[in-house]
Amino acid sequence: MGNDIRALGIDVGSTTVKVVGVDAEGSLAWHIVKPTDPRVEDQVSRLLARARAECDLSDGVPVVATGYGRGLVQQATRKVTEITCHARGIFRELGHGGTLVDIGGQDSKVIGVTAKGEVRDFAMNDKCAAGTGRFLENTAQRLRVPLDEMGGVALSVSEERAISSTCTVFAESEVISLLAHGVPVESILRGLHRSLIKRIAAMIRVVGLTAPLMLSGGVAQNAAIRQMLADEMSADVILPRHPQLMGAYGAALINTTHS
Amino acid sequence: MLSGKTPVGRLPKPDLLLASTNICQTVLYWYRVLAHHFGAPLIVIDTPFVYTETSAHAVEYVQRQIEESIPIAEQAAGQRLDESKLKEVTRQSKRATELWLEVMERGRHRPAPISVFDQFTLMAPIVEMRGESFTVDFYAALLSEIDERIAEGVGAVSDEKKRVLWDNLPIWYRLKYLADLFAERGVALVASTYTNAWAELAPMIDAERPIESAARTYLHPLLNRGAGYKLATMQRMIADFQIDGAILHSDRSCKPYSMGQMDQRDRLMRDLDVPALLLEADHADPRAFAEEQVANRLHAFIEMLGV
Repeated sequence: MGNDIRALGIDVGSTTVKVVGVDAEGSLAWHIVKPTDPRVEDQVSRLLARARAECDLSDGVPVVATGYGRGLVQQATRKVTEITCHARGIFRELGHGGTLVDIGGQDSKVIGVTAKGEVRDFAMNDKCAAGTGRFLENTAQRLRVPLDEMGGVALSVSEERAISSTCTVFAESEVISLLAHGVPVESILRGLHRSLIKRIAAMIRVVGLTAPLMLSGGVAQNAAIRQMLADEMSADVILPRHPQLMGAYGAALINTTHS
Repeated sequence: MLSGKTPVGRLPKPDLLLASTNICQTVLYWYRVLAHHFGAPLIVIDTPFVYTETSAHAVEYVQRQIEESIPIAEQAAGQRLDESKLKEVTRQSKRATELWLEVMERGRHRPAPISVFDQFTLMAPIVEMRGESFTVDFYAALLSEIDERIAEGVGAVSDEKKRVLWDNLPIWYRLKYLADLFAERGVALVASTYTNAWAELAPMIDAERPIESAARTYLHPLLNRGAGYKLATMQRMIADFQIDGAILHSDRSCKPYSMGQMDQRDRLMRDLDVPALLLEADHADPRAFAEEQVANRLHAFIEMLGV
């Protein structure tokens, strides 16, 4: 392909695996996203082989791994946490610091990024899927609304029903009960989004909001999350071009001079 | 401990149990269980919380409780209290505590000759055998060994890159795992409020007034005092030990120690610009320890320190 890829970053998340290649300028020049396979090691090998073939890579190109499954990436020259990688990726992409909210498939975090792109502070959701993509995914299935349409459906109404934000399993029980009482699906969905946002807002308060507010992770693709986060925090929310790739992008940048 | 399935075997039957309210809330439950299990008498010394300063009546209140416990102890021991021996034990306690304080102060050196993980295991005699002469000998020998390490430039962690303060009790059942996690990355835990708490009251111990000074000492442990005192202690340690970051272990089994940590963390970050991490775990219950989550937070924190 002749992309002149100088480094690879791989983000092995709970829901998807992302591989990013950066060029000599440190720009995001190649990427791939696949749902995480239960046999992670095999999948990682396949994806990295594909990256090498498609980008015509030499053996010496560094591979930095991040995400929950980073320990399983045998080919990695270095392993770095998502906190550091998301901060690197977003800083390089947007060119400024601020407060970064990353909502992933099974965990979410808030990262304070300094004006130099360093991590100032961070908070992560604790031992529970509430406040993560899984929270929405679980109920999307129950409500038979496709995941990529959830945000639009939630934004189509103004009425919302309050739903507990402490636990995904309890939230699902509440949804079933609301459905049984004839509450419209749209209002339930809007309430679910609010519930997730409230969880995120609590984490933002722990770290402290330094403008601007930035959003990364797969859930950033959901329009309702973007809009309701902005409303809840009374702040504009800035998104990079590829929010889902910021972890892998930051990982790829770690071993380059562009970080 | 009651089953005997421990490295040190079964706890021998006590003749008398004595605990104080100046400590983790769990300790009082443990002692009640022990009293029930062994059918042994239990004395609980109530130590009023010290918000800012101790009042004279609080000292008198604790002193009287200790005095009232003497006849019960005499009955359990089958002998009278020997006043001169009490003074001698108090003198030995003071000396051992002073030496323990000196041991930890050596952590100011770069590289630190002793880590907080070493302190966690080496603190056993100061907790359990404070008034014995061999405890004094033990810490004197330890101090000279540490001085040798300083002279030879030997650090507790090879290639010390960053220095961290630990707040609260250790996660006892994961000491080696955590020690390795930090050491592999060149991070030395050089000071802790917990091990320091068993040393910092040495000046209060007075062999000429053993019971009154015991009352004063029992009132003043870190976790029997207001959150501001712990904050000031951490601030002082950060300056004295040239600390790069602080880890505040939020310990469910020691609520009095964990109270105020959210605000203490904020103040350390805001006032001193020192990165601080609140780590949720438990000193006694492994069910409250999620290894993956803990490791991820610690790795991210270490990266944040610039390692």
